[in-house]
Amino acid sequence: MELLKGLTLLLLCQTAGELLSRAFALPLPGPVLGLLLMLVLLRWPLVRQPVEAAATPLLAHLSLLFVPVGVGVVAHLGLISQYGLRMLVVLVLSTWVGLLVTGLVLKAMWGRDDAAGEAEGEGAPA
Amino acid sequence: MTDFVNLWVYLSATPLFGLTATLTVYVLAATLSAWLQHPPWANPVLWSVLALALLLWSTGTAYPVYFSGAQFIHFLLGPAVVALAWPLWQRRAQLRARAPALLAAALLGGATASGSAVALGWALGLPLEVLASLAPKSVTAPVAMGIATQLGGIPALAAAFAVLTGLVGATTAKFLFDRAGVTRMAQRGFALGTAAHGIGAARALQVHPDAGAYAALALGLQVLLAALLLPPLARLF
Repeated sequence: MELLKGLTLLLLCQTAGELLSRAFALPLPGPVLGLLLMLVLLRWPLVRQPVEAAATPLLAHLSLLFVPVGVGVVAHLGLISQYGLRMLVVLVLSTWVGLLVTGLVLKAMWGRDDAAGEAEGEGAPA
Repeated sequence: MTDFVNLWVYLSATPLFGLTATLTVYVLAATLSAWLQHPPWANPVLWSVLALALLLWSTGTAYPVYFSGAQFIHFLLGPAVVALAWPLWQRRAQLRARAPALLAAALLGGATASGSAVALGWALGLPLEVLASLAPKSVTAPVAMGIATQLGGIPALAAAFAVLTGLVGATTAKFLFDRAGVTRMAQRGFALGTAAHGIGAARALQVHPDAGAYAALALGLQVLLAALLLPPLARLF
């Protein structure tokens, strides 16, 4: 029951987000506005347990949700292959640049304020 | 043999085929990945996509037929994005304390990922509409398509770039972080969410809960920043 309640709350937030996005022609997509609405909603203790019950399994299998889009990309690979190797070089290098810049900026700015940080595990490999 | 063909024709025309095939292949890929203790190269998205593409190709199934079943899984992406509020809420105090560092990293990381893709593509002589489709590549696919349209790009191409970016990030990030000395799970997760959006975040969630929460935050920030900043920036050129 908690799971169903939680799923309903997630869908309600998404629907509200879609409505807001359309009604005011906002540049943000419905689910992202839904996320912001959910953050406000979570101030209310009553919704926390149901939301956790629905969010945990959904996020544990987030990978699965990208498979249909991924298959679509491979099905349309002809579109990319006309640009060949150049495209691959651009995609790989720019992704590495983004990962490294983000990681190194954080590393530099994280500082010694480790009151909140030390509890974070560092054992598992990423 | 004709019986089998008839059965196949029947099954492959119902949504059951796309849904069952996606779940079966993914469960196998995820089990294998877990059994190997989640090495980056065994990414379940990557192998599920390749196996399903091969299945569609070898059976001559059109993508729309497959998608009539797979859409039920695809649909859950929306509620899953809303669900990212939960890990953010749980760590709200930590995130607020680190807001300046996280915001700076999201801005710089997002800008250099997008900027370097456009600059490299331009240097290699790619046409303008391809460059416009590259700009939002570190934002999750459905959002990237919307932004690319506004920039004069090709939505399908933008979605493909976003997915490929996610796969490149999820499979190679560990190697990069190890060499660059980015050791904290929170930092690694945040970088994955910034440069490799949802597929990167899915990888981070698989590896460590802290990495996952920070990846979720980064994913949301990238969508906000890209949707608000890219269209006005592109107008300058």
